[in-house]
Amino acid sequence: MKEKLNQIKEEAIRQIEASDALEKLNEIRVSYLGKKGELTAVLKSMKDIAPEDRPKVGQFVNETREEIERVLEERKVKMERALREYKMKAEVIDVTLPAKKNNVGHRHPNTIALEEVERIFVGMGYEVVEGPEVEKDYYNFEALNIPDGHPAKDEQDTFYITGDILLRSQTSPTQVHEMEKGHLPIRMLAPGRVFRSDEVDATHSPSFHQVEGLVIDKNITFSDLKGTLAEFAKELFGESTKVKFRPHHFPFTEPSAEMDVSCYKCGGSGCRFCKGSGWIEILGCGMVHPHVLEMSGINPEEYTGFAFGMGLERIALLKYEIDDMRLLYENDIRFLKQF
Amino acid sequence: MNTALSWIKAYVPELECTDQEYCDAMTLSGTKVEGYERLDRNLEKIVVGQIEKIERHPDADKLIVCQVNVGNEVIQIVTGAPNVKEGDKVPVVLDGGKVAGGHDGGPLPEDGIAIKAGKLRGVPSYGMMCSIEELGMTRELYPEAPENGIYIFEDDVKVGSDAVEALGLRDTVFEYEITSNRVDCYSVLGIAREAAATFRKPFVMPAVVVKENCEKVEDYISVEVKDPDLCSRYTARVCTNIKIGPSPKWMQRRLAASGIRPINNLVDITNYVMEEYGQPMHAFDLDTIAGHKIIVRRAKDGDEFQTLDGQIRKLDSDVLMICDAEKEIGIAGIMGGENSKITDEVKTVLFEAATFNGTNIRKSAKRIGLRTDASGKFEKGLDPHNAEAAINRACQLIQELGCGEVVGGMIDVCVPMKENIRVKFEPEKINRLLGTVISEEEMLHIFERIDFQYEKATGMLIIPSFRQDIVGFADVAEEVARFYGYDKIPVSLPSGEATSGKLPFKLRVEQKARDIAEFCGFSQGMCYSFESPKVFDKLLIPEDSDLRKAITIANPLGEDFSIMRTISLNGMLTSLSTNYNRRNKDVKLYELGNIYIPKALPLTELPDERMQFTLGMYGEGDFFTMKGVVEEFFDSIGMRKKASYNPDAGKLFLHPGRQAEIIYDGTQVGYLGEVHPEVCDNYEIGTKVYVAVLDMPSVVPYATFDRKYEGIAKYPAVSRDISMVVPKDILVGQIESMIEQRGGKLLESYKLFDIYEGAQIKAGFKSVAYTITFRAKDRTLEESDVTSAMKKILNGLESMGIELRQ
Repeated sequence: MKEKLNQIKEEAIRQIEASDALEKLNEIRVSYLGKKGELTAVLKSMKDIAPEDRPKVGQFVNETREEIERVLEERKVKMERALREYKMKAEVIDVTLPAKKNNVGHRHPNTIALEEVERIFVGMGYEVVEGPEVEKDYYNFEALNIPDGHPAKDEQDTFYITGDILLRSQTSPTQVHEMEKGHLPIRMLAPGRVFRSDEVDATHSPSFHQVEGLVIDKNITFSDLKGTLAEFAKELFGESTKVKFRPHHFPFTEPSAEMDVSCYKCGGSGCRFCKGSGWIEILGCGMVHPHVLEMSGINPEEYTGFAFGMGLERIALLKYEIDDMRLLYENDIRFLKQF
Repeated sequence: MNTALSWIKAYVPELECTDQEYCDAMTLSGTKVEGYERLDRNLEKIVVGQIEKIERHPDADKLIVCQVNVGNEVIQIVTGAPNVKEGDKVPVVLDGGKVAGGHDGGPLPEDGIAIKAGKLRGVPSYGMMCSIEELGMTRELYPEAPENGIYIFEDDVKVGSDAVEALGLRDTVFEYEITSNRVDCYSVLGIAREAAATFRKPFVMPAVVVKENCEKVEDYISVEVKDPDLCSRYTARVCTNIKIGPSPKWMQRRLAASGIRPINNLVDITNYVMEEYGQPMHAFDLDTIAGHKIIVRRAKDGDEFQTLDGQIRKLDSDVLMICDAEKEIGIAGIMGGENSKITDEVKTVLFEAATFNGTNIRKSAKRIGLRTDASGKFEKGLDPHNAEAAINRACQLIQELGCGEVVGGMIDVCVPMKENIRVKFEPEKINRLLGTVISEEEMLHIFERIDFQYEKATGMLIIPSFRQDIVGFADVAEEVARFYGYDKIPVSLPSGEATSGKLPFKLRVEQKARDIAEFCGFSQGMCYSFESPKVFDKLLIPEDSDLRKAITIANPLGEDFSIMRTISLNGMLTSLSTNYNRRNKDVKLYELGNIYIPKALPLTELPDERMQFTLGMYGEGDFFTMKGVVEEFFDSIGMRKKASYNPDAGKLFLHPGRQAEIIYDGTQVGYLGEVHPEVCDNYEIGTKVYVAVLDMPSVVPYATFDRKYEGIAKYPAVSRDISMVVPKDILVGQIESMIEQRGGKLLESYKLFDIYEGAQIKAGFKSVAYTITFRAKDRTLEESDVTSAMKKILNGLESMGIELRQ
């Protein structure tokens, strides 16, 4: 009996090891372990064995069965692994073939620059506000200390709709709207479209964008203005950026200044980009003129403030090294795709 | 404003600095230097030489051979210049030197022209004699220089000395950008005063003493000002025995460096004083003035006047005129008349130095279309004190330079002059504003340097009359700041109450619009707010449409930029057209920009500015691509209800069968569609274009960034497919509304999975198939639940005339 079982086992193992397909393994399993299989037949013949021998034989049959099953399983795992390897070999791809992109659209360089500026000032606690593009003459000029007959009013080449309604020539009127609301302190940033009657060329456009900032609080100083804008310049143009404040004149600020940043191309040593000076003019700023505060209902003895304004296109042209302003309004996809 | 540094140094004699130091320091104290140029650039090894002997060249008719004494030796120079003779003193560039330009006076080469010894037609030449053009100048600025020839010095220059120095070219010309408030700095004296204060050196005003003859000016002329509102001061002096001739070289050099052409002593003196004092003056030939009388009055509407440039000018009653007893002789502050023009035969001159109303001069000059150096100065509003100082200076120069005699006295018609402004000196407040700790003493030093007097008893600063920009505390604080040094003011950040930085809700929604558009492949464009009224025709907008009621700009850049847009499509289609005509494939653009809707025309109040989210595309994609972007956007801003689409949008610029109004929660929020082929033709786009326009003020109220988690379904869903034969004119949207209406609480979703028109379907019908899914939140659905819900839906559909296919 034992011999027979050993024979069966050895034959089975031989067959298993010789098999080369999963289906064949299954056939082997059935032919030995199935209902009509050889081992089952042995079990069925147990009734012919003496009862005292049965446990022993039974155990031996089970051992044989387990052994066959173990070998079967082992072989199966091996064959499956080989099959997977084979399959994967056939699935090799050329990873240098082109990527499948979603063709995401691109943001306008003006917007990218604006979002940068907004991010910096929002981080410093500024609220972004908007004002009307078609504006009252009063807000664009008089409330900003530019009365009728003031040269600055003529110099700005303003587009008029009626005698007292115009296309705003600066975002500064938003300062006045914000101050008139009477909620102090103020830390605002007002981006927006402005208009001046300049013919279109590489550096001019009759419609462009400015970003205006205003801070009003008790004890605001010129040194706060310097500190704030120096931080801004570093954030926008890089940590090593230096700033220089030069006296200037704006009717609605006093003292007034223009801020230059060290040329980020040459680091200040002078190059073609900064016309050899090492500096690039970036914005105008100053302490809000007491008369402007007064006109907007704020007591200049109690409150002081600073304001600044910059041309968004100028920032975008400088930062992204765009050489012609007209590109910003042509909307050629080959231009936009570069941002 | 261009001025030679040597002229500034005439009033700040102790000033010593390099050009770059001067440039930096002046810019930092508020007199911005735009640039500077050394006049002796590329002029090297150039001395005064004297020609001792001239011989003919043995082999060339047009050349001569000169022996030139250059001080320490005599060198041989061959030249083709026709104008030299023995004894002439000329500029000579020696072997190894450099000149600035060629003899033709063309553009100057960057590095100049090197001069080396050589041979001309076989005869050695050891240098070159120079024309004024070779020295980088022009005959305009050096009128004594000959045409086509070597510059010849006057006899008083020393042989062997520096020729560049002798020509006044060892100098630097600085160009300043003067801000409009600093009228006083549009003059050499004004800039010199700033330079003195900046470098802390004494400022020395020219000493003006007029030597008069014993005549009286009143015997020559009287002055009447009829419109004192436009002329606050009119001073007049008379000079007799005028001898016209050239002005001295030092004056010519200073004028030339300022870019002013020397003409004759009389003209040069008025120009010189205008530069020096910033006060324009006018000189009349007294013999042309009728009745020995000057009358200053407004012109009459419709008057015409011939200015001294020969042009006829149209006048009106806001133009101020200078007249004699009979006629007009000059436009005040702008230009004199042909009829009183100075000629070389002039015997007696009437000088005028006046203070005209700046605004009036600016507006008059603009209306007449004649802006002159004089009007440019007057329009800034001059200090009346300056008129007297300048006219006396001019008379002094007339007398000193031998140009004529000065008649005794000055006519002065003047409205009472304003007292000097007084501003309280508040050192602590200044420090508080600047964030500085500058001592009171240091501030007073600064004021002293800029001529502000401090009256200790009252604590007041007395502002000199020429500083018309100083009126209050803040102005005084700026003076302290700029002479203390903006660069020395410390840096700090604002203290005080914290504020929270934020974007308003509207801008957050716009930011989302950009994100989604870009995610869907659209790139951002920017378009102008103004356009041509012709766009309405291009867009097939009907004559009576409200869209044509656009705001008109009174002074546009041209018709193409003359109206404020009432519809955003023109910008989009123009941009797409640009791309199409440049053969860019598959272009998708979006724009966020305002349209301007007037409440009434002409405008009495500000218009409604409505932000439009405009999408446009050609190439890849179709109507439903565009619809997808709209719905992605709605999803992203929390607009979870189903938008509906009304095909009767009535947009004539869109394809009649491919357009829809976008309706959200009963509100029309925009439209989309395929652009009408005729409109495409108008924009020269030869392919299908799809657009969508969302009116953001209508969208924003529905937007929300609040999100609430609704749980993930725990119980299984049950789906049923239905297949229908539908009359062609029933829209899928109508079927979906019916499914929604009848589906009840258990309806979870529905999905169109097939739509077909064709051979197998009877004419006038289409086949439509949906999967409808039901689910309960709290239990597993029973068969009977689904059957009864389906029954209601099917009944509803059948009532629409839809047949169910088995």
